[in-house]
Amino acid sequence: MSDMYRDLILEHHRYPHNFGTLDPHDVSQEEHNPLCGDRIRLDLRIVDNKISEVAFSGKGCAVSQAAASMLTDELIGMDLDQVRQYGKAELLDLIGLPLDKNPVRLKCALLSLKALKVGVYRYLGQNIETDELD
Amino acid sequence: MIKAPFDVATIRSQFPILQLPSERPVAFLDSASSSQKPEAVIAALADYYRTTNANVHRGVYQLSEQATFEFERARGRVALFINASHHREVIFTRNTTEAINLVAQAWGGSNLRPGDVILVSQMEHHSNIVPWQLIAQRTGAVLRAIPIDSQGRLVLDDIDTLLQGVKMLAITHQSNVLGTINPVADLARKAHAVGALVLVDGAQSVPHMPVDVQALDIDFLAFSGHKMVGPTGVGVLWGRKALLDAMPPFLGGGSMIKTVTIESSTYADVPARFEAGTPMIGEAIALGAAVTYLMDIGMANIAAYEHQLSAYLIERLDEVPEVTWYGPPVGADRGAMAAFSMTGVHPHDIAQILDSEGVAVRAGHHCTQPLHAALDVPSSVRASCYLYTNTHDIDRLVRGLSKVKQLFG
Repeated sequence: MSDMYRDLILEHHRYPHNFGTLDPHDVSQEEHNPLCGDRIRLDLRIVDNKISEVAFSGKGCAVSQAAASMLTDELIGMDLDQVRQYGKAELLDLIGLPLDKNPVRLKCALLSLKALKVGVYRYLGQNIETDELD
Repeated sequence: MIKAPFDVATIRSQFPILQLPSERPVAFLDSASSSQKPEAVIAALADYYRTTNANVHRGVYQLSEQATFEFERARGRVALFINASHHREVIFTRNTTEAINLVAQAWGGSNLRPGDVILVSQMEHHSNIVPWQLIAQRTGAVLRAIPIDSQGRLVLDDIDTLLQGVKMLAITHQSNVLGTINPVADLARKAHAVGALVLVDGAQSVPHMPVDVQALDIDFLAFSGHKMVGPTGVGVLWGRKALLDAMPPFLGGGSMIKTVTIESSTYADVPARFEAGTPMIGEAIALGAAVTYLMDIGMANIAAYEHQLSAYLIERLDEVPEVTWYGPPVGADRGAMAAFSMTGVHPHDIAQILDSEGVAVRAGHHCTQPLHAALDVPSSVRASCYLYTNTHDIDRLVRGLSKVKQLFG
């Protein structure tokens, strides 16, 4: 197994980084997975086209919550062009889980990325195809 | 100690998937979702394609006649299985969902008027809610639900009030999450007293207990082949012949007509009227084999064994203090399944860790979002048993839950 539940994932699940909400915020995006009820809200403050502060909140499985925690660590200081380049491959690399053959859990892992992309594209007034993230 | 009325080891030996060579064979506890298939059913399906394959009700040649004979014989087996008064009351559909949609559209479309009430319950599967919502939107009928109590039973104190204005009571025989077995015969009597019809969702009951449509005195019964050791792609709608005779078609096409001109058509008698197009011939024949298999063991025997499994499952789950299971306590009105939560661990994580221990369970809302809203949990883990389940499978589930505690504790 327990590739899926290696210590780092369980550690982030138990003690998530950047957990909470930001008020005020420039971006606040909530996404959920109706299949299992996972829910992630991602809040961002943006200064000079760069993410200056980030927080996430939500409820869900260890994979979705740990992925969100790890992703938020990456985001601080990232500029929005980088966010647009940041995709599924980068996230999976970051969390290091073998999810290629597990589409159900892949969705759990990608939930925070979906919130990030949808929120930032909305902030920029642009449309996004999220098919890849569904 | 469990005393099965049949030899469970022999039963297991008849299911090829339970015999696969493996270092760690699967403890399959997801039969409520779809059951495994015995050799007799797999052989019936393969034999049809190997020896009898031809379209039915069409050819004058021998193969087609043979296929038609086998297909209609399967219909007769199913009729016998549920004690239908006539084999023409058995309609082959794709599954339970399609059977319920058929009644909602064909009966509902021509009988429901604005303000008429369709009564379901809080514990229904989405397939016994959404088809009624669709026809309610089209006809102006109203959908209401019987609530459930904290033990997952229907609250029937106000049933007489709830039945006012009801034209259709559509109710599950056994909840696919709580395991609750509902008193459908009593409900049918009360519903008939106000002139309502009764459709029973038998997806979880027909595979596990004797179901006699005449004894229950209901009007429609819907169930799926793949949950009762049969193949996917075939289900059944049983309906009272007089009701079916009066219903317009559901789908149009070949087989369901008498005459067709460009302007209009006349329709075939039941069951052909509701079986448009080439049916699932091989699957229906294999369902006939599944019914024969179950009848040879005896549905009362299967129910008696599963009742003991149900008690064992709950007894073992009670040994894990972090587990909260849902539904009524062990008794005559509880089937051999348990949906549960575990403090501090998401159902997906539980199911994943169990999978890594070779235990197959389902996690999610099990197509019952209104029920999970009533239970106030977003999702749950469900372990469900069948005639081939043994206590060892349940022991492995409980051992897997210790592993979950160890990782998340």
